[in-house]
Amino acid sequence: MTDVGNATAQTSAVETSSTATAMNVTRADVCVIACAEAFRGNGAIVASPMSTVARLGALVARWTFEPDLLISDGEAQLLAEPVPLGSEPNAPKEGWLPFRDVFHVVNSGRRHVIMGATQIDRFGNQNISALGDWRQPKVQLLGARGAPGNTANHATSYWVNAHSTRVFVDKVDFASGVGTDRAAQAREVARHHHLPFVITDLAVLDLHGPGATMRLLSVHPGVAIDDVIRATGFPLALPDDDPAKVTTSREPSPTELAIINHLDPKGLRFHEVPRPEATT
Amino acid sequence: MTEVPAPARPTDRTMTIEDVVGRLESGMTIGVGGWGSRRKPMALVRAIARSDLRDLTLVSYGGPDVGLLCATGQLRKVVYAFVSLDSIPLEPHFRAARQDGTVEAVEYDEGMFYWGLYAAANRLPFLPTRAGLGSSVMDVNPDLRTVTDPYAGGEFVAVPALTLDAAIVHTNRADKRGNAQFLGPDPYFDDLFLLAARHRFVTTERIVPTGDLLRDAAVQTVRINRTMVDGVVETPGGAHFTTCEPDYGRDETFQKHYAATARDAQAWADFRREFIDVDEATYQANVRALQGASA
Repeated sequence: MTDVGNATAQTSAVETSSTATAMNVTRADVCVIACAEAFRGNGAIVASPMSTVARLGALVARWTFEPDLLISDGEAQLLAEPVPLGSEPNAPKEGWLPFRDVFHVVNSGRRHVIMGATQIDRFGNQNISALGDWRQPKVQLLGARGAPGNTANHATSYWVNAHSTRVFVDKVDFASGVGTDRAAQAREVARHHHLPFVITDLAVLDLHGPGATMRLLSVHPGVAIDDVIRATGFPLALPDDDPAKVTTSREPSPTELAIINHLDPKGLRFHEVPRPEATT
Repeated sequence: MTEVPAPARPTDRTMTIEDVVGRLESGMTIGVGGWGSRRKPMALVRAIARSDLRDLTLVSYGGPDVGLLCATGQLRKVVYAFVSLDSIPLEPHFRAARQDGTVEAVEYDEGMFYWGLYAAANRLPFLPTRAGLGSSVMDVNPDLRTVTDPYAGGEFVAVPALTLDAAIVHTNRADKRGNAQFLGPDPYFDDLFLLAARHRFVTTERIVPTGDLLRDAAVQTVRINRTMVDGVVETPGGAHFTTCEPDYGRDETFQKHYAATARDAQAWADFRREFIDVDEATYQANVRALQGASA
């Protein structure tokens, strides 16, 4: 699905790297591209990103290699064209998608969501409901929202902007989004269950490790494999158990970077992934 | 030559906020329209907050309706898929109530919640869905049952009907008869809440003559017809501080002020005195005064 795993992409990433450094590519931009890549090959489905970086990813994909993606304005209408963050209200629309129709799309399977996760475990179970004992939680979070239905119906990826052992836990306190182990126990979920990618500020992962567990696919430029392992609260699988097969996440091309800057002129993405000190 | 009289008039269903509160009872299950901090019937929620109603169960795509009534201690139970103020992701009063263990919780997936309302609206005991299977929602709701597909044999969640004693929703326009119109981008689930309830109440920004509803709007905007409504109340600013597009957006400054009262007893007491323990007209005047002071 993505290019991060193949040799050609790796080479081209290195080539753009020198140009990119001159262009001042940030970690946030790499994350945007990783989110964009999550939608590669998706075609005419509703892309539902739940945060700034994931939204920019969907918009870049729609702008360039996935022109059939449908993206909402954040309310009840579908954007006719990808437009900069914040300009949605006055942008041209191509359709109406009020909340109840979103659930019809969910049930149809023609959707790929990138949700957040307060906790996520090695099987990709995601928690956005509560920390501690659900009956009287230590910390009440949002509630399950649409996570159970999303994971039972269509592609669900996750974007975690601060990869740490607090988020990547051995066992979630509550499974809002269904992971691979729980899906395997429910046939009607397993039929449609698909967790394509977990994207973080350090790396890109998937659920194709042994026993459908989390596996490290690529690290972002400047990140070591050990950094990711240390920030993860469970043993992380590597492709073929071989660190050499972990690639480097690709950087945006000059055109992609220009598109990202056009879509996010105010730099809202840096609220999720701060710029390094040197460039601020 | 017999003269043809004018057609008889449908019932006038207008009432006051106090009339509506008078029709509610302690222990009732009440559905609240809107979504998060969007087009919530806040004037009615405020009226409930200053009434002696208690032990209520709220069924809501939750926002400050849930938070406010958690803060006043009038809720026994909340049925929700989320509770959020949108621009402030976590509803602080709901959070406090959950963490203090002062309110019972029934947590569903958003789509399950929709199915529960849809089942109740159609007078069905349940509707099947795959949403929820495999998730902890099944673990924390031990009463949820599954059902076997009689045709192909798969196992689905049988979401029970979310049958309501009463439903309250807020719309942009309505007429005296009880037809009601949304002018914003999303009808949310307001019509389903009304269809799922025994007692049905609509508050609205403005009551207009029936003929004016469609003067500048498409017929699809009159989502709520008068079979679905027992009472209609004109409450300008009745969704404040939540959104009521296109009439007004969210009052973010006020919402921040409300949110900040959650873990500060004195701030809550002040808020309560100024914005809850007053009638709706005084509330609106106090809001304007606050807006004037900060402008």
